[in-house]
Amino acid sequence: MTTVTAPATDALVERTVDRRGESRMRRRRRLVFVADHSVGIAVAVAFLAPFVFITLQAFMTSQQALTSDLWPQSWHPENFVEVFSKAPMWLYLRNTLVYAGLATVFMLLSSIPAAYALSRLQWRWRNVAFVVVLMMMMLPPQVTQVPIYVMWTKLHLTGTLWPMILPNLLGDAFSIFLLRQFFLTIPQEYADAARVDGCSEWRVMTKVILPMAKPGIAATAMFMFFFCWNDFYGPILYTSENPDNWTISLGLASFRNLYQVQWNLTMAATLLAMLPVLIVFFFAQKIFVEGITLTGVKG
Amino acid sequence: MTLVVETRSAGVVHSAARGRRRRQRLTVLAFLTPWLLGVTIFFVYPLIDTLYLSFTRFDLLSPPKWVGFSNYVFMATKDPQVRTAAYNTFWLVIVLVPARMVFGLAVATLVTRLKSGLGLFRTVFYLPSLVPPVAGVLAFVFLFNPATGPVNQVLAALGLPEPLWFNDPSLAKPSLVLLGLWGVGDLMIIFLASLLDVPREQYEAASLDGVNPWQRFRFITIPNISPVLMFAAITGVIAALQYFTEAVVAASVASGQATTGGGNSSLLGYPEGSTLTYAQWLYNMGFKNYYLGYASALAVVMFVISLAVTLVLLRRARSLVYGVEGTR
Repeated sequence: MTTVTAPATDALVERTVDRRGESRMRRRRRLVFVADHSVGIAVAVAFLAPFVFITLQAFMTSQQALTSDLWPQSWHPENFVEVFSKAPMWLYLRNTLVYAGLATVFMLLSSIPAAYALSRLQWRWRNVAFVVVLMMMMLPPQVTQVPIYVMWTKLHLTGTLWPMILPNLLGDAFSIFLLRQFFLTIPQEYADAARVDGCSEWRVMTKVILPMAKPGIAATAMFMFFFCWNDFYGPILYTSENPDNWTISLGLASFRNLYQVQWNLTMAATLLAMLPVLIVFFFAQKIFVEGITLTGVKG
Repeated sequence: MTLVVETRSAGVVHSAARGRRRRQRLTVLAFLTPWLLGVTIFFVYPLIDTLYLSFTRFDLLSPPKWVGFSNYVFMATKDPQVRTAAYNTFWLVIVLVPARMVFGLAVATLVTRLKSGLGLFRTVFYLPSLVPPVAGVLAFVFLFNPATGPVNQVLAALGLPEPLWFNDPSLAKPSLVLLGLWGVGDLMIIFLASLLDVPREQYEAASLDGVNPWQRFRFITIPNISPVLMFAAITGVIAALQYFTEAVVAASVASGQATTGGGNSSLLGYPEGSTLTYAQWLYNMGFKNYYLGYASALAVVMFVISLAVTLVLLRRARSLVYGVEGTR
């Protein structure tokens, strides 16, 4: 009897130990899962809280905005309309769109060929030229600001948006860098095939490479557009004396003191300035994330 | 006969190759012309001119007047504000940059551990970095305002002290750091991509050797992502050196004065000069007061520092410059 059962109990013991170990592992894994996700949710709440609080503030009455209440007694979406009557928001929007739109188009016209030459053509000083691109990209704008400002003064263009728009006709270092990174990911064979067929280099670029680089071009254009949309340094430097040419960033920075002292309308204006960027992001999230990943190239 | 044909065809080939090469060179030139003009007009010329102007007195109305080193002497010995400004910018370089990197890496690591809802969490953490800087600062000055701000309401409810944040000279810069941490999403995305690139096998081999999580992070994760960390550190330092928008807007909104109007210099860097950055002082001297010679001297110093930082990057960037292998 005993001789028969002994190995059986052994096996049984072994199996229960095994199962106990496994269930402990599973419990541990579940605990880790819960812990990780709790931390994740806590951090997510902290990241979203500012949006929630400013939205709540933006819907308050002006009387309530003076109190320390966090929740609106009654909801006032008309605050968002009132922002437009307090400050010339449409003018700011128009100026911002002119600046961002023209700068982006000009940047693409000048930077795509340069990035193409830096990534797809073979020539002697290519690596030197790329080092120059990197150096221009890393140079703080303040370093060269005085002569450039003097130049625009001589052309009587300070006070307008042109000093921020026109340089993009001559290439933008960061955009060239980003476009180059995208172009390098396209296999060389397609371009070679087109060259064998007798295409000129311009045709190879426009008919072969650019269609394949569309996501990269879209990402670069979007970064440029939002750089302009967000830009404060350029507008305050060139247009601060001329309110007719203020952009949204500039108007928003003066909003609380020039047009309004209470926080409710200021926060409504702040939300309005954020909104376009966030909306575009939700529609083009993939392009954004791919683009930002490429900016962090391995050094 | 054959010899003649061969030489002739060789000659034809030769000149054809030369023609092709010349055409190729012209093509490169055509593609690069706008950019080459840009390099000359917006990079080489202004750099040289800035150096020249830094030795002059210049106010835009009369031509520059040579004054030797006196701008530099003034900067080093007489200008009390420049020391404050340089200190504040240096403070941002050594606090803001590491804080953002550590926090960005922590959030990215957290995202890799989230088994469900990764995409949603990534979106939430990335979102604030898209907020326009001016809007972000306004939001934070409101959130942290001592009188009615939600942050102090919450702190009060918890029975904690209620600091003055943007109105306290010792807390204004840390408040700006909090704003920088909220917008850490761009760094987080870059770190996340490189964390997901670390070869699985290395982690598996390590777990067989029974290393603890810290050792795994220190000896596998960090070496694998160090090029990305390096790039982030250098671009972070360059950005901190030109820190401007957030400081200007925070000071003007917290003090209750307009940013763009007269330019009340007593409120520069409110409170008590604690947010006066080097870039702001350069802007103020050059483009508000039109001491353009002095501003050029400030720019030259900024150039030397940013060049030193950039050279570190370029030395590391060999793989970036040479060939496709170095790119992602």
